[in-house]
Amino acid sequence: MNYYLLIPFLPLAAFLINILLGRKLFRHQAHWPSTLAVLGSLVVSVLVLIDVLNGQTLNRDLYSWIISGKFRVSVGFLIDQLTAVMLIVVTSVSFLVHVYSIGYMHDDPGYYRFYSYLSLFTFSMLMLVMSNNFLQLYFGWEAVGLCSYLLIGFWYQKKSASDAGKKAFIVNRFGDFGFGLGVILIFLTLGTLHYSPVFETIGTLSEKTVSIFGLEMNIITIIALLLFCGAVGKSAQLPLHVWLPDAMEGPTPVSALIHAATMVTAGVFLVARANPIFSLSPTAMSVVAVVGGLTALFAATIALVQNDIKRVIAYSTVSQLGYMFLACGVGAYGAGIFHLYTHAYFKALLFLCAGSVMHAMGGELDCQKMGGLRKYMPVTYWTMLIASLSISGIPGLAGFFSKDEILFRAYAAGGVGKFVWLLGTIAALLTAFYSFRLIFLTFHGEFRGTEEQKHHLHESPKAMTIPLLLLAIGAVGAGWVGIPPLLGGGEHFAEYIAPVVGHPAGEATHAEEWMTMGLSVLVGLAGILTAWIFYLRKREIPVRLAEKFQPIYRVLWNKYYFDELYDFIIVRPSLFVARNIIMGFTDGAIIEGIVNGVPAFIGWLGSHVRKVQSGLLQHYATFMALGLFLLIAIVMIVTGV
Amino acid sequence: MNFTDIHTLMPEIVMAVLALAVLLSELVIRRKETVGLLAIVSVAVTAYFIPTSFGTVFNGMFISDGYSVFFKFIFFTCLILTVLISSRYLEIERSSHGEYYALLMFATLGMMLMASAGDLIVLYLGLELMALSLYVLTGFIRHEYRSNEASLKYFLLGAFSSAILLYGIMMIYAQTGTTDINTISSVLTEKKATVSLLLSVIFLLVAFSFKIALAPFHMWTPDVYEGAPTSITAFMSVGPKAAGFAVLGRVFLVGLYPLQINWIPLLIGLSILTMAVGNILAIQQRSVKRMLAYSSIAHAGYAVIGIIAGGNEGVSAMMNYLLIYMFMNIGAFSILILMRSEDFLGESLDDFKGLAKTHPLTAGLMLLFMFSLTGIPPTAGFIGKFYLFKAAVGAGYTWLAIVTVIFSAISAYFYLRVVIYMYMHEPEGEAVSLSGSPSLGLALLISALLVLFIGIYPSPFISFARIVTG
Repeated sequence: MNYYLLIPFLPLAAFLINILLGRKLFRHQAHWPSTLAVLGSLVVSVLVLIDVLNGQTLNRDLYSWIISGKFRVSVGFLIDQLTAVMLIVVTSVSFLVHVYSIGYMHDDPGYYRFYSYLSLFTFSMLMLVMSNNFLQLYFGWEAVGLCSYLLIGFWYQKKSASDAGKKAFIVNRFGDFGFGLGVILIFLTLGTLHYSPVFETIGTLSEKTVSIFGLEMNIITIIALLLFCGAVGKSAQLPLHVWLPDAMEGPTPVSALIHAATMVTAGVFLVARANPIFSLSPTAMSVVAVVGGLTALFAATIALVQNDIKRVIAYSTVSQLGYMFLACGVGAYGAGIFHLYTHAYFKALLFLCAGSVMHAMGGELDCQKMGGLRKYMPVTYWTMLIASLSISGIPGLAGFFSKDEILFRAYAAGGVGKFVWLLGTIAALLTAFYSFRLIFLTFHGEFRGTEEQKHHLHESPKAMTIPLLLLAIGAVGAGWVGIPPLLGGGEHFAEYIAPVVGHPAGEATHAEEWMTMGLSVLVGLAGILTAWIFYLRKREIPVRLAEKFQPIYRVLWNKYYFDELYDFIIVRPSLFVARNIIMGFTDGAIIEGIVNGVPAFIGWLGSHVRKVQSGLLQHYATFMALGLFLLIAIVMIVTGV
Repeated sequence: MNFTDIHTLMPEIVMAVLALAVLLSELVIRRKETVGLLAIVSVAVTAYFIPTSFGTVFNGMFISDGYSVFFKFIFFTCLILTVLISSRYLEIERSSHGEYYALLMFATLGMMLMASAGDLIVLYLGLELMALSLYVLTGFIRHEYRSNEASLKYFLLGAFSSAILLYGIMMIYAQTGTTDINTISSVLTEKKATVSLLLSVIFLLVAFSFKIALAPFHMWTPDVYEGAPTSITAFMSVGPKAAGFAVLGRVFLVGLYPLQINWIPLLIGLSILTMAVGNILAIQQRSVKRMLAYSSIAHAGYAVIGIIAGGNEGVSAMMNYLLIYMFMNIGAFSILILMRSEDFLGESLDDFKGLAKTHPLTAGLMLLFMFSLTGIPPTAGFIGKFYLFKAAVGAGYTWLAIVTVIFSAISAYFYLRVVIYMYMHEPEGEAVSLSGSPSLGLALLISALLVLFIGIYPSPFISFARIVTG
């Protein structure tokens, strides 16, 4: 299994080629190095998956970067069942997005830059999932954050885009700060950062507690919660979800790759990877489950009323990520990863379809100004319909199996699980509703845009539609590897991933399993039906509802005023401190004071130094002699002679 | 000495003979680049004799051990890089004369003697050979006032410091009856630290401080570095400085080791003062060349920490730091040379405005070197600093490590300012035209690759230094 090194390093090579030579050599051909590299990674990932399926896993340090006593920083790779799934998800979606971008980004002046960043992102993400220690994970974590920043602000001339990039970066700081502390705490308590010794010895800490603000807390709980902080930021969970919808300012392929399928799922991956830590702390598990459940419902409610198609899908992503955390929180890590894997395909498909629509509409994003696009862009319509059916949990499609698995596991876990199951089931209703609201508003009914837009409506080029078709296959079939025994399947996925994450706890009867499954299908259908009535049959209902429940509508429309709240409690005070205290006092008085004051001080001492520096030799010699005598004097005084 | 012992001296003998040959070859060879090429070949030939040279000859006056070999490796690399960046540059400065390369080789020979000196007299001979060559090289652009002035200043102050060094050697001899470094050590272990002994320590310390430009004996550095040909500045800030560190390490950590408690506080004081002077005055410079001169003062202040920490850890950290510093500093100077053209100095910060737009690759390389000088991972500069700090903490000088971190944070201001000028300012006036050449490109490539390579994969270099000091 030595060829596994090719997986991350092919995209790295493509990045270097493109960033160094792209501007001159590959002005319009920049997609070649990047796309070929990621195709190579995909092929190797498939080979790795086959090896893993044959029972081969690998955990090896490539080399040590810094060795300093106990502190060892190495570049190492861990290939196990979890990594193999992530490799397939990352490389396959990344490859399709690379192909799609050939059509979507052509003519962009930053074409080579775009592909360089995509390659750099792919490399970073692969390093993140393949790491065998927390520090390399942290490196990949920050590197994907950097790429996300670069790609959100790709059209940096646009103020909203560069602002959104900064917002994503800064919001992630909050989570990553906790993550960083968690990593440091692991090293301080266990003396190593490699996964396997950490996971083997973490149990020895179970008796240790520390007092924080007078509250006795278990140290494992603290570590788990700190790590979860990072996951909350990266995976846009409450209360750090605010950056993801704004991140839609980036090019749509980026939204599909980074902000739907891969980077934002790194948080779920982290929790699943660190499951030996989380499993030892019931408190942390409950926090994860509740945060996930609340986010799933909360984000879905916002998505109900938004009109910007990419934002609707973004909130949908936040909501679906909530499901994954919910699953991890009840101990069903396998179900969480399963959903991560199916979600990657149908959500990337939704984004790429949205991109295709934007392409046809000349960049228009407001679904109230669309309608009837079905007959102009059939491929986009059908693929997006499949993705929406999949996310709504229609039996047989990928999303059904994974979502059903999560809801059933949550229910079976009992306790807090029952509560989050309820949240998840309600969210499932809303998910089906907003997904089909989007479909009906965009593709059905009459076209509501301008005449000029109507004139330009066209299906997207092959480079874009073929990835859509391929992703649609994933959106349909990705779930078939995890069909529950109840429906005659073998639950292969859960068995496959069990060596890494174990089996979920909790028991439930067949009747209960039928109940949860039936209910989730039922609410899915109900959601679709409601959307059909609201947006195709009786279009006045949503308008009347909005008027009747004006306050609720306004809260949802304004996304629960989170941005305003943060603006008030964080942004404004920070700016105030920055402008008045840091810039005015620290920078103005202290730093400028030192920078300008030191020379002023030297000048004030007399013009001697300046004269010396202006080149008079005798002064130089005098200074040397003075230095010599000074040293002698010091020694004389100290030794007391 | 038996004639069979000659292999220990072979590298020095070969270097001396070849340096003379290169000097003579200038009479018959018209193309000066060829002379440069001969110098590089000579280094390769000399290096060939290094592996068989281990041993001690002349009753311990000349030592060829792992320590000296590591330094010789630095000197050779430094010489090769300097030759590579010189040829085109000398033409621009209209000073392309063949003796330039011979002088570089003589300076290197002096440095090799210094690194291998087991006796204070040999050390002095090597030091003078190096210094005399450097005086000439500093004033090599004969028609330029700046260069002449720098040369004269360097010469006079150098003579001053040589006198101090001789005075120190004399006093040591007067009290121990020997100039052999190992014998001094064994004599001193039985002696009490008298005032006159401490005086001689101070004289040696001052003389070496002058060579490695520790404040307040650094005054010559900015003027000389600015006035000298840029290629020589690059050379001086690396090779001779490393040679200074080699003798400082050998004399203080071997010969004067018994007096360690007495000289360590002095060296700490000099180190902090040097970091302060170098970093704070560098902030003020508008000329990048002068900024790099002050930065080289500051870096000497960092490297001294390795000697303060002492032991295998400290010395190997210091040696690694000098090795890493060579690549990043010569790299930065190479960029300056690249910017220099017939009618354009290319030394001021303003000349770097918008370089990223007009010459992205050059700007990218400069960015790399500036990051490395600041000490940002994954560049080599980070690795160098990391091991220095680790040695300091390991030897119980955590506070000194913290002080150093603060100073290197200050240094980010002036290094990254260059980056800001390149990337965040619009180009002004006519676009800078670069005067590249294949050899300069090669030097840049070597420097950049090693800065990255050591940053990403440092262990071979770290182990190399650990083994030779262990």
